Amino acid sequence: MLPRRVFLQSSGLALVSFGALPRLLLRAAQAADGVPRRRTLVVIFQRGACDGLNTVVPWGERAYYDARRTIAVPAPRGSSRKTALDLDGFFGLHPALEPLLPLWREGSLAAVHAVGSPDATRSHFDAQDFMESGTPGRKATEDGWMNRHLQATPDPGATPLRAVSLTPVLPRSLQGRGPAVAMASLRGFGLGPLTGEAVARGFEGMYGAAVEDALRSTGREAFEAMGALRSAEPSRRAPEAGARYPRGPLGESLRQIAQLLKADLGVELAFTEIGGWDHHAAEGGVTGQLASRLRELAAALFAFHHDLGPRMADVVLVTLTEFGRTVRENGNRGTDHGHGSVSLVMGGAVQGGKVHGRWPGLAPSALFEGRDLAVTTDFRDLLAELLARHLGARDLGPVFPGHAVAGSRFPGVLRT
Amino acid sequence: MPRRQTRRPLVHVGLAVMLATPVHGATPPLADDATIVHVLSRLTWGPRTGDVATVRALGLPGWIERQLHPERIEDREIDTRLLRLETIRPTSAQLIEGYDIPPEAKREIQRRRAELDEGATEEQRRTARRELVAKYAPMMEGSPRQVLTELQEAKVLRAILGERQLDEVLVDFWMNHFNVYAQKGPVRFLLGEHERAIRRHAWGRFEDLLLATAKSPAMLFYLDNWLSASPSASAGGRGPSALRRGRFGFGRPGRDAQGRSAEAQGRRRGLNENYARELMELHTLGVDGGYTQKDVTEVARAFTGWTITGLRQGRPEFAFEERLHDDGDRVVLGRRIEGGGEREGRSIIHMLATHASTARFITFKLARRFVADEPPPALVDRAASVFQATDGSIREVVRTIVTSPEFLAPEVRSTKIKSPLEFVVSAVRASGAKVADGRDLARRIADMGMPLYLQAPPTGYKDTAEAWVSTSGLVARLNFALDLAAGRVGGVRVDAERLASGGPGLTDALAARLLPSGLSESTRRTIEGEAAGLETARVAGLILGSPEFQRR
Repeated sequence: MLPRRVFLQSSGLALVSFGALPRLLLRAAQAADGVPRRRTLVVIFQRGACDGLNTVVPWGERAYYDARRTIAVPAPRGSSRKTALDLDGFFGLHPALEPLLPLWREGSLAAVHAVGSPDATRSHFDAQDFMESGTPGRKATEDGWMNRHLQATPDPGATPLRAVSLTPVLPRSLQGRGPAVAMASLRGFGLGPLTGEAVARGFEGMYGAAVEDALRSTGREAFEAMGALRSAEPSRRAPEAGARYPRGPLGESLRQIAQLLKADLGVELAFTEIGGWDHHAAEGGVTGQLASRLRELAAALFAFHHDLGPRMADVVLVTLTEFGRTVRENGNRGTDHGHGSVSLVMGGAVQGGKVHGRWPGLAPSALFEGRDLAVTTDFRDLLAELLARHLGARDLGPVFPGHAVAGSRFPGVLRT
Repeated sequence: MPRRQTRRPLVHVGLAVMLATPVHGATPPLADDATIVHVLSRLTWGPRTGDVATVRALGLPGWIERQLHPERIEDREIDTRLLRLETIRPTSAQLIEGYDIPPEAKREIQRRRAELDEGATEEQRRTARRELVAKYAPMMEGSPRQVLTELQEAKVLRAILGERQLDEVLVDFWMNHFNVYAQKGPVRFLLGEHERAIRRHAWGRFEDLLLATAKSPAMLFYLDNWLSASPSASAGGRGPSALRRGRFGFGRPGRDAQGRSAEAQGRRRGLNENYARELMELHTLGVDGGYTQKDVTEVARAFTGWTITGLRQGRPEFAFEERLHDDGDRVVLGRRIEGGGEREGRSIIHMLATHASTARFITFKLARRFVADEPPPALVDRAASVFQATDGSIREVVRTIVTSPEFLAPEVRSTKIKSPLEFVVSAVRASGAKVADGRDLARRIADMGMPLYLQAPPTGYKDTAEAWVSTSGLVARLNFALDLAAGRVGGVRVDAERLASGGPGLTDALAARLLPSGLSESTRRTIEGEAAGLETARVAGLILGSPEFQRR
């Protein structure tokens, strides 16, 4: 097993260079008090395959309406909220995403359309696995792309919370040799209230003195993370400026990620997820199940943006989903599993107000396997751009082994 | 409260382990206690007080031989205990009948959910939920949730209380090898039969086990093979609408949505390669076992028609349906498979089950379970030869591994990191806890990242250290250790004082019972440094949460 991993890691185009720019960008992040602030990439995984076509709607394309008789989002009409919200004369946001429209207009929100995996699978778990491992078509990859970034870009000054997932277990994306902390919640991540100091000291002492192996280092990571959380007490920080997170797991996670960021705990990679995008029935158009989900997503993203305020300049948030859904609606006002979908990218460095990516169109000849939105942006190129241009990563070969990472293929979602 | 007053130097158990004479060569006639503890920690779900004496009395070889023949071990207690769980014995059809949500309820749920999606408040959702439960629950024997929680509880109880310990370890190994996901479609109702099929063949020929899983409705559904059809048969109608899993859920669509395939809710569109690929990659040859994409496609074609009948009627059973089958001669792994209905799939099962790559892949995984994360290649070679020489006899392969010098070697001892299931179960066994109810235990295992029967990917849970060593998992383990010892785990009672009785000092007395493989000197010193003034239960919690207790 091991030789394969070693092979994978050494076979990619290691040491791809992106010039001097990233270092410059890294240095640029200085808080007013002179304390260097870390740049952060937040990844939200939409599990279940989100319908990109009803999220960022190609209302300028006749074929969209031909294929979706009952669930299409109507073309923009004045300031109506029951139509797509026009973005550029061709695409429009689903009306449930209205809270995000100001962010779009001010240039801190962008979309990448027809993004996805080159692998053709329409299996949720395979596609999620491929996207999280960062190696489409390869199930044997042991670690995730986010963890390989930690390994490829070691940081001697890293805090215990450099990589954090607000999930009960470490997601595939963050699994691997690099230190990464998973926590179901900030408050729950700690020894129980009845533990007592002697027992806590006992545990910390015995893990600290254990033989040097993964158990010891994880023990250290856990106690350091608990210590960092205890002293900073991020969970006491109320959302700023009246930002209101929606109820539900996504709002909860983003609220806590924002708490970590505001406490300057050195988070570079943050992960969370939201399920429930698998709308085979009653997906609906302007209203329906997808609208409900999008409303929650928009409220959470908006609150996060609002909550972080100026700090958003150091943050880029990206949404991922394993694949998109069929162009044609099915017999149940829903859609089945498709191929290309859409990613939203939000943050200070974003080339906002624009739908990025080459639009392949919905003409029958343009569809993937005759039925789905084709993928014109490999998700790895999007993520590679974020790692390179936002986090200053230089060594992307090992992050996406088997994929020729090249700046020329970046979708260009970040300002350069 | 017993409290350690003096610190008499004594050779504690951990030291005894280190001082024990290493065992080389064949199983010795008289195994030392450290060897017995090692064998217990690998072939059972963790040693209980008294287990070492039992093995010593039987002799180690005799005890191992007994565990290799679970059919000879009487185990009335666990059978009695499981009687309380209503959903463990019924057939899939009976479970669907009594515990699945009736079709008319599903229709109503869907209708009302669509209405509520037009911006209903939480309160309105709750009210709707209550109304529906009140209306339909009386028609049902229990909920779909009950089926899942009882599966989980039964697994935990069997591991804790069963006498056929190695059998439970091996069944768990195969369940994980042939993993299915309880949240996908009706799989939870099919899981009992799936597990019984695996249990039936766990010690037999690998080919029989493989065939049983190939025909298991749970597997056919989970890996979509039931929908796979010859492209020329693609007019084959719609999938049964009864499969849409409605639940009394007006909240947010949960994770259960992610495991479903589109095809499972749509039509039979043609070939589905899902099972064919996993059959070779995960069940037999291994990812490097020497198959190509072309082989995947050909195997998928051969298995078209291996499907489930009666699902819509609530009586799911395996069937071979000729009209879905893509008949024809084909070449798989360079060998010719003659066309001919169900026979094609059977020929492929035979070919895969007896393939040299399979012998290696299966024995590697077994050796990884019993011996080490990276098992000694020489042992894997020998076990693979036995696999091939005995027509895939699982019993002989396991016997080869667990009586090997490599298995007994001192350097592999305490090197495996316990999975959450192993950790929780071994802590309960070590502490001599009385278990009235296993549900909280199952929930704790889930908190540590191992929700039972809920691993979505077909790979199952990993069996190596890196999969289980994580911060959230570790914090959950420490809290569990403290809660278990202090009596804060639901349905479980521990008598910490009794555990501490009879020893020369609190830490050592507890360690001797809870951790017969021994505390390291540094851990022992750390605990001793803090133990003064601590209640017995807290010291016990420290030992159960120690790095040493995370290993087996």
